[in-house]
Amino acid sequence: MLKDITIGQYFPGKSAVHKLDSRFKIMITGIFIGMLFSADGFIALGVGLVFLIMAFIISEIPFKLMLKSLKPIVPIIIFTSVLNIFFLDGAPLIKLGFIKITAEGLRTSAFMVIRIIALIMGSSLLTYTTSPITLTDAIERLLSPLKKVKLPVHELAMMMTIALRFIPTLIEETDKIISAQKARGADMESGSIFQRIKALTPILIPLFVSAFRRAEELAVAMECRCYQGGDGRTRLRQLKSDGKDYFALGLSIVFLNIVIALNCVLG
Amino acid sequence: MDSKKDEIIISAQNVEFHYENDPEDKTPPKQVLKNVSLDIKRGQFTAVLGHNGSGKSTIAKHMNGILLPCGGKVYVDGIDTCDEDRIFDVRQRVGMVFQNPDNQLVATIVEEDVAFALENLGVPTDEMRERVDDALRSVGMYEYREHSPHQLSGGQKQRIAIAGIIAMRPDCIVLDEPTAMLDPKGRKEVLKTIRKLNHDFGITAVLITHYMEEAAQADRIVVMDNGEILMDDVPKNVFSNVELMKRIGLDVPQVTELMYLMGQSGLPSDTHIIDEEECADALFALLKN
Repeated sequence: MLKDITIGQYFPGKSAVHKLDSRFKIMITGIFIGMLFSADGFIALGVGLVFLIMAFIISEIPFKLMLKSLKPIVPIIIFTSVLNIFFLDGAPLIKLGFIKITAEGLRTSAFMVIRIIALIMGSSLLTYTTSPITLTDAIERLLSPLKKVKLPVHELAMMMTIALRFIPTLIEETDKIISAQKARGADMESGSIFQRIKALTPILIPLFVSAFRRAEELAVAMECRCYQGGDGRTRLRQLKSDGKDYFALGLSIVFLNIVIALNCVLG
Repeated sequence: MDSKKDEIIISAQNVEFHYENDPEDKTPPKQVLKNVSLDIKRGQFTAVLGHNGSGKSTIAKHMNGILLPCGGKVYVDGIDTCDEDRIFDVRQRVGMVFQNPDNQLVATIVEEDVAFALENLGVPTDEMRERVDDALRSVGMYEYREHSPHQLSGGQKQRIAIAGIIAMRPDCIVLDEPTAMLDPKGRKEVLKTIRKLNHDFGITAVLITHYMEEAAQADRIVVMDNGEILMDDVPKNVFSNVELMKRIGLDVPQVTELMYLMGQSGLPSDTHIIDEEECADALFALLKN
């Protein structure tokens, strides 16, 4: 049940997108998000979509996997579209009692839905094609100027790495605890919402206890491997940028400019 | 080379250890280790046996300065483990592998996890690549270098943890019940890996265990009970003390047990037998007569 979660998962591959420097990939994702939010109309949004689809085809990530990443946000999509369809003012197309559907509403709702889907797909593409370690490494590098203002950048990156490493482990453990509690007669599927929330206690407490124990063991194991903070560390994978990274970054900036230009032209 | 062979890599001298009690608890703290002295020779494969609470894990944690003795001294390659300035020299020489493989892997990709110690030590990237590949090959996990640890079996994860230690190129590797959480197949894999590292690469191995069959494969067995060393000898001699072993709650290998029971019922037998081949030969000789 919990195993379907794909957040932060990486799918190794050898495509050009996989090979891009992850620092550039983060910047390009940022620019892509910029495109989505600056687009005013469908045509401008379409330009952003072209950029996404292009990146997709190059990345060779199976389409099915992308759909899977959208699964958790289906409720959000439905919620947004319903709100927009029913509650936007304008000339009504259909009127049923107090419910009215406007052309304006349909248009905005479609626009929002496309924007959300593109947003999730774009950021999923980043995590699908970038190993979490290089990703945190890139974040560490991009944030490193902030070390000057005493922000513990390395520690933050290390925490992210460990969190990502333990997501599957803890999910597996939660599944086991749920089964164990069910086997002892815990009822988690009936009752009012408050009863159900209460029923979570016997799952959360063992989970927390075990997570703390894991944390302690991990800390000892890290000490055994001479972990002493960020100073003087070297890296197995160096982040190297070359022509293709600048080309990709340049291309994304060109697309962003097209979006902005379209906004101005189409008003 | 012979002089190097006899060199002592870890030397525990009169080690005393107890955990601190609550300030409110006025009872004297329980001694976990009582005056333990133990020398580990370079290249030796030592097994430390004992039931729960015998102090076997505690002595293991003294070997690389995770715990510091309350009395006595521990020297690793001549360095005092209490010397804070050189603690990383100690830990680089004596690597440690723990029971739960899940709780000692840091990274989400196998090869990056193996590189973790080297990254901490500031090894240059080119050399790191080479050492990581060597370490993965020596535990037979090179093909899995780009996998994520949660896709692997327990035995494979434990081998990755061993590779992460081997990459530091330690003189000695201490394994604290590395097979306790594994299935029989995983246990075999891990033990085979330890023996290979000891035999082919001359890495000193200290295996903390409560599986007799694993201990029987070592060069030397140290039996601990109640914070003290009870026996320290080659496996044949240790297991021949069947009654003593049973009294402290330990088993002996099945073949030794068989020999013991035969001796009890008046048949000629030899409790120094610890492997199946020998046992089969002895039984064959007996039946022939």
